[in-house]
Amino acid sequence: MRHLLSAGDLSLDEANLILDTAEEMRSLADRPIKKLPALRGRTVVNLFFEDSTRTRISFEAAAKRLSADVINFSAKGSSVSKGESLKDTALTLQAMGADGVVCRHGASGAPHLLATSGWMTGAIVNAGDGTHEHPTQALLDAFTMRRHLGSLEGRRITIVGDVLHSRVARSNVLLLSTLGADVTVVAPPTLLPVDMSRWPCTTSYDFDSVLPKSDAVMMLRVQRERMGEAFFPSAREYTRRYGLDVHRMAQLSDEAIVLHPGPMNRGMEISAEVADSTRSVIVEQVTNGVAVRMAVLYLLLSGSNETSSEEQNA
Amino acid sequence: MSPAPVPVPRTVLDASDISRALTRIAHEILERNRGADPVVLLGIPTRGVGLATRISERIAAVEGQSVPTGSLDVTMYRDDIGLKPARALEHTDIPPGGIDGKVVVLVDDVLFSGRTIRAALDAIGDIGRPKAVQLAVLVDRGHRELPIRADYVGKNLPTSLVERVTVHLTEYDGTDAVLIADKTGAAV
Amino acid sequence: MTAYLITDASIVGGEVADLLLDNGEIVAVGTNLAESIKGGPADAEIIDAAGLIALPGLVDLHTHLREPGREDAETVLTGTRAAALGGFTAVFAMANTDPVADTAGVVEQVWRLGREAGYADVFPIGAVTVGRQGTQLAELGAMADSAARVRVFSDDGDCVWDAALMRRALEYVKAFGGTIAQHAQEPRLTKGAQMNEGALSGVLGLQGWPSVAEEAIIARDILLNHHVGSKLHICHLSTKGSVDIVRAAKKRGLEVTAEVTPHHLLLTEDLASTYNPVFKVNPPLRTKEDVEAVREGLADGTIDIVATDHAPHPVEDKDCEWSAAAFGMLGLETALSVVQHAMVDTKLLTWAEVADRMSYRPAAIGQISDHGQPLVAGAPANVVLVDPAAQREIKSAESASLSRNTPFHGMTLPGKVVATFLRGEPTVLNGQAK
Repeated sequence: MRHLLSAGDLSLDEANLILDTAEEMRSLADRPIKKLPALRGRTVVNLFFEDSTRTRISFEAAAKRLSADVINFSAKGSSVSKGESLKDTALTLQAMGADGVVCRHGASGAPHLLATSGWMTGAIVNAGDGTHEHPTQALLDAFTMRRHLGSLEGRRITIVGDVLHSRVARSNVLLLSTLGADVTVVAPPTLLPVDMSRWPCTTSYDFDSVLPKSDAVMMLRVQRERMGEAFFPSAREYTRRYGLDVHRMAQLSDEAIVLHPGPMNRGMEISAEVADSTRSVIVEQVTNGVAVRMAVLYLLLSGSNETSSEEQNA
Repeated sequence: MSPAPVPVPRTVLDASDISRALTRIAHEILERNRGADPVVLLGIPTRGVGLATRISERIAAVEGQSVPTGSLDVTMYRDDIGLKPARALEHTDIPPGGIDGKVVVLVDDVLFSGRTIRAALDAIGDIGRPKAVQLAVLVDRGHRELPIRADYVGKNLPTSLVERVTVHLTEYDGTDAVLIADKTGAAV
Repeated sequence: MTAYLITDASIVGGEVADLLLDNGEIVAVGTNLAESIKGGPADAEIIDAAGLIALPGLVDLHTHLREPGREDAETVLTGTRAAALGGFTAVFAMANTDPVADTAGVVEQVWRLGREAGYADVFPIGAVTVGRQGTQLAELGAMADSAARVRVFSDDGDCVWDAALMRRALEYVKAFGGTIAQHAQEPRLTKGAQMNEGALSGVLGLQGWPSVAEEAIIARDILLNHHVGSKLHICHLSTKGSVDIVRAAKKRGLEVTAEVTPHHLLLTEDLASTYNPVFKVNPPLRTKEDVEAVREGLADGTIDIVATDHAPHPVEDKDCEWSAAAFGMLGLETALSVVQHAMVDTKLLTWAEVADRMSYRPAAIGQISDHGQPLVAGAPANVVLVDPAAQREIKSAESASLSRNTPFHGMTLPGKVVATFLRGEPTVLNGQAK
């Protein structure tokens, strides 16, 4: 593993390695000194072209707990918005000796470009790119589900909401299917890609028919602005057909859990009662996010990048 | 050409040798610390954990009281991290009650350069402040690169640097044995 | 003026003959022409064309020369030199320059620059609407009457999406026999679109560009044109559905001509998964089925011509994230090789049909008489010699264009232009621009 660009790049073994490593990182939370020396002397740059305070601080906490030096580079609102600027930024970071770059960008494929362009040699972690992917979110979701449900093999997981524009949905479908789960995405047809034949999941327009069989339900944020683009008629109608409220929650089996990547639109895709209920693991997702990102940073950055692990073990 | 003979390593400790050595170490730990009370055993993965468990069982048999036993992964504290590809972490399990004010006995299979133990001492420092740290190893093969020595040794085994010492334990390898081989794997 | 005797060339892929070029004309086509030269063969430069194919000079109905306005990307000089190296003797320059070629003044400037550059004849295309804004007709008549004699009008880069305006444009150009070349792209269906919409776009998270956005405009415009009885040309048709619509229309006897680009004959949307913007183009690369359909359409005459849509962009407009990058690809220098690879080597077209699709018909659609003529005595000496047996690796750094955005970089393609003659003068000789 050289970069983490897409959840689909992870083999089952690699995904499990990250999740198992995250378990060890998670136990750190119970120790008096929440710091490990693994990345001492390494520099991690949080390169955020989009605002996302929660993701940035999660990565920042993860890198700092591993003793890395952290540089936050927030490009939003500066002259950096397009074109050559991404290249110049990459060249700058390379000159500064960035060992790892955590990249959040509004353009799908921007982290991929950083990894393949030859502009820089550091490891790239995709922290969310456009409407493409958000692999560490999927890893922390899987980690959270695994802690509650055990192995995800054969588990039924339902993802509900604006799948079309959701990088969280893309990464989750890919990772969860690698982990052996049965994934169903639920959305109005306008918020699903027109051709989902390459997605390893099933689709449904009918939330209520899928709900009773679900072991976990992940609600995606739906932006109200989508109404203006005629993706759905009104917030009220969306909530009625695709929102998770206490009545719908009652259809879930006893052990089923509810996830949300945040930030939530309470009252839109999820009601406040559901978000605050005992089934909700939303706060835990945030805690787990740090452990999962520590695992990713550790596995990408702690080793030398000259030899692959295969060569070493031979 | 006839095929090269399959190298066969030499056995230097067999199952009963290992068993006797661990029993002796258990007694020495109790003697040195005047009983089991202050002792916490931390095995260094992988095989140090199995050895710690066995010592713990022997102490319990003698004293009628078990000592807290756990595992301590030192991967992230190694001084060669960053020089080799990233390694998977092993499990760290600190017994309830922690290590503050206790006598931590680190348990490992082979003591060689001493670098693993140095890493373990750093790891312990991040977990708490024990009264003392002691070291138990099944085999001490010499060639120290740091000022570290073992308090309890199953067997001192003079080796050359090119030789390889391997510890097999039933719970991991199906058999109990300490083997020594040259670089090719042949007995020396 | 030097005379040139081209010996033993395969004339449009058929019989082997000599061609004698003098005074800007093909003087004779036949065997052993050396003996018939006035004053003996010493008066003519002899080019041994054994193993080469002679084609009429190629005509590109769709080139972006970028001058005036973006001389950092291409100029008329560099663009026509690239054209000559690709075997073209005439190019039609698209109107989306800065300022837009929407007045007689701008089209005459481009026309004059072309004459001065000398590597290929440049025929300006005029904008349909003022500033290509899609709201008010440009002075089409003035451009038609200008020295540039504009006969093809296009807002290429943008669609004339307003049906009423398109109808009026088609009607208006009837007065001087003009053609409206439509960039078929329904704007509302393609707002923010980045790549072909399908299974892959959904995975890559790049906003989809549905085929129907192209097909709906083509269908509409064919019907509009039928209603008003003018001349409609469809630019860079890219989908199977578009081929089906044009084929059905032609079968019903409706007037329409259409072009396909070399890249749509060869490349597919899968290249978008590299997120390398060199593969970002308008219309987007489509699927394998679409590629097969446009090849078939070109073979059976549904699609009339190959046009390059040569679209140079400076490095910084392509060396960036996909969504920020400019649309477009270079095409002039590689067009013939791509057509040979996709159409000739696959037995879909003969070389004679290549001459038809890349020379005769584009000249006919563009209404230019000095190009696109068969290689017979008395025709203008616009000739290209191609070595069909050559194989070459395309390297973007070797492009004669000022820009480097060729999607074929690293590919090995067949065929090489050995020489190009414009009115009897070599613009390319031994594969080098003169």
